[in-house]
Amino acid sequence: MENSPDPAPSLLEVRGISKSFGAVRALQEVDFTLRAGEIHALLGENGAGKSTLIKVITGVFPRDAGIVRLGGEEVAPRSAKAALQAGIATVYQEVNLLPNLSVAQNLFLDRQPMRFGIVREGEMRRRAKALLTDFGLDIDVAAALGSYSVAIQHVTAIARAVDLSARVLILDEPTASLDRHEVEILFGIMRQLAKRGIGIVFVSHFLDQVYEISDRITVLRNGRLVGERETASLPRLELIRMMLGRELAETTSARASAGEHRAREVCASFENYGKAGYVAPFNLELRHGEVVGLAGLLGSGRTETARLVFGAERADGGQATVEGAPVRLQSPRDGVRHGFGYCPEERKTDGIVAELTVRENIVLALQAKRGLHRPLSRREQDEIASRYVRMLDIRPPDPERAVGLLSGGNQQKVLLARWLATSPRLLVLDEPTRGIDVGAHAEIIRLIRELCDDGLALLVISSELDEIVTYSDRVVVLRDRAHVEELAGEAIDVGNILAAIAADSVAVALEAHT
Amino acid sequence: MKGLPPVLITAIVLVAGFALCAVQFPNIASTRVVGNLLTDNAFLGIVATGMTFVIISGGIDLSVGSVIGFTTVFVALAIERWGVPPLLAFVAILALSAAFGAAMGAVIHVFDLPPFIVTLAGMFLARGASFLLSTESVPITAPVYSTVSDFALRMPGGGRLTAIAIIMLVIVIGGALLLHLTRFGANVYALGGSRATASLMGVAVGKMTVKIYMLSSLLAGIAGIVFSFYTSAGYSLSAVGVELDTIAAVVIGGTLLTGGQGSVIGTFLGVLIQGLIQTYINFDGTLSSWWTKIATGVLLFAFIALQQGLVALARRPAAKRAGAAT
Repeated sequence: MENSPDPAPSLLEVRGISKSFGAVRALQEVDFTLRAGEIHALLGENGAGKSTLIKVITGVFPRDAGIVRLGGEEVAPRSAKAALQAGIATVYQEVNLLPNLSVAQNLFLDRQPMRFGIVREGEMRRRAKALLTDFGLDIDVAAALGSYSVAIQHVTAIARAVDLSARVLILDEPTASLDRHEVEILFGIMRQLAKRGIGIVFVSHFLDQVYEISDRITVLRNGRLVGERETASLPRLELIRMMLGRELAETTSARASAGEHRAREVCASFENYGKAGYVAPFNLELRHGEVVGLAGLLGSGRTETARLVFGAERADGGQATVEGAPVRLQSPRDGVRHGFGYCPEERKTDGIVAELTVRENIVLALQAKRGLHRPLSRREQDEIASRYVRMLDIRPPDPERAVGLLSGGNQQKVLLARWLATSPRLLVLDEPTRGIDVGAHAEIIRLIRELCDDGLALLVISSELDEIVTYSDRVVVLRDRAHVEELAGEAIDVGNILAAIAADSVAVALEAHT
Repeated sequence: MKGLPPVLITAIVLVAGFALCAVQFPNIASTRVVGNLLTDNAFLGIVATGMTFVIISGGIDLSVGSVIGFTTVFVALAIERWGVPPLLAFVAILALSAAFGAAMGAVIHVFDLPPFIVTLAGMFLARGASFLLSTESVPITAPVYSTVSDFALRMPGGGRLTAIAIIMLVIVIGGALLLHLTRFGANVYALGGSRATASLMGVAVGKMTVKIYMLSSLLAGIAGIVFSFYTSAGYSLSAVGVELDTIAAVVIGGTLLTGGQGSVIGTFLGVLIQGLIQTYINFDGTLSSWWTKIATGVLLFAFIALQQGLVALARRPAAKRAGAAT
């Protein structure tokens, strides 16, 4: 092999990786290059393919195509354990250690120092202590790992990985549950490890942290590589555009004549509504016949806002009003009683009941609203189900089919039907088009507009900015768990939304430094 | 102040219970009674040691009572009807029971089935097989049985530490060393913490599962031999329900039924507590022996409640605990 003039040779090379789950293409020909001694941020919104890429590299998922080279040699680990042996270690947000064992046992599990078949406990503790001292930790290594903070558990996991002679360290959202001081400690350790020549992949949705720690950035979107840049020469606005939008021309709201909507009646309003540590207090007005879009990066407080509005989470301040009357929203039951509906983001786990039929899924919310002592007769159920199957064009048009067998788009329609059957006044949709193929995508958007024309109030969350621009009358932009901007009418376009997200993050960054 | 570890609470319950019994019946506080207590519960102590490993690893073994029953019948028939030398019969049954446990462990791991179901099937299988061998009680008259039964170490105060009690103590101590000092023991705790995580950390989860159930069944086999010494007979209905007594002893001994925490010493204390209750009822003479079950039930409830309390306490945020301490 020739000597490369590059001072930082490629440590991990990923070329043309593809991975599908059934019909869903999670990764398409993704390339990724990690140099020795660099901290490389891997960014993308939910569903961009970050986790899938990590799991394919570490052998948790088998890959459909592509190669992975570590230090020039091709590797194809079949399990996380094999990847670890090859020198690729992953530390997940949920620390993958055993809280019931001591810190020392966690560091040396399955490779404890032995003598005559007996674990040398004293020697093991000494080594554990020495190892952790390198990472700036001075703790009682004989105590159970679970008795320490998440930060210490993270550092322990990293120490274990590094001690197992890891050359590549993948940190998946390591800072999500750490406070500022703990993040500083972690970053110190990361820099120190990078100096030792270890390549670090840093997955995070905290852009400030990405700019603080990373050398380079790779962005994925919808399972494809968007680009790889030097952090120092990538403006924040450009990064956010890479993460969220296509290289699109200005798309303006297709819902013209914004002025007309001003006169619409208020359906529900929220004043100073919020919850400490969840979403900062916000003002929000939802009107009949109007779509309000919630835009922002992952973790900016979009879903949190939706859950507060629906009552799935209790606010600790502020006042909610429905049709002019003050109300209390303490539980989803309250939300349903006031005529709210909520289609959550995690359709499979929080939405549909896969084993039940389309009919049973559709009547679920209506039956819950009526109460158990007023059961819907089978005939009523059949009527309701076939009406919505026809109206929303659910395919196959068989109300007796188990919902789990339907495609994502049709599952989403069943969820919509479930809430529509309760004749709601307000419908909250969290990522209604996620994981749905292109055809169904357009149909869901058409449905959203039709529902709106029928006088329903809609609050819609989406990461697809073009989509939000297409159907929203107003767009609320969030950043760092606060509502930072409201755009209406002509002002709604992708550029303005991006600017609002980015401008604020710069302001926040400045604030943090002063 | 930190809460007492569960083992210590078990020890306190045992000592307090013993003291209370001794106040009412001073004769209980003698090496004679203690020796009998160890002898009477020797088989329970042995099988409970194995169960401790299984439960700490996050599993359960419902087959042990049936394995004991099968062992007694097999040993009795082998020695009395088939003319096999006793030692050879012991080796054969231990190999058989170890293989049985290994098979259950393999099924649990390979097919990813709940241990409850697999060992429940094992329980029916072993019990059914022992009925197939013989439905009647088979007395054992081999000389080795009377020799072993007569052997005992004299303790001060006239108590007898019998051979089977010694076997039990050796196994308890051996089990404790295995659990607390070896890599195997550490892996047992790791499995109980989380199978998935242990696997990610490099523990050979499949091999461990096989070994753990093999150990449990092997110890059940030894318990069966000890039981045959104790009763000098093999009977297919012996040790019915012992798996439940065993689980009770393990839980009273402070082992978490969900796995990850516990000790062999605690289990031993749990066995002694059950034995103490039985002894008390024998001394009283007017109580039905079923009171043992009732008392065990009450204790079990108390310990499960206690463990839940400790778990809840441990989950409280550190700040709160610090605040409460000041």
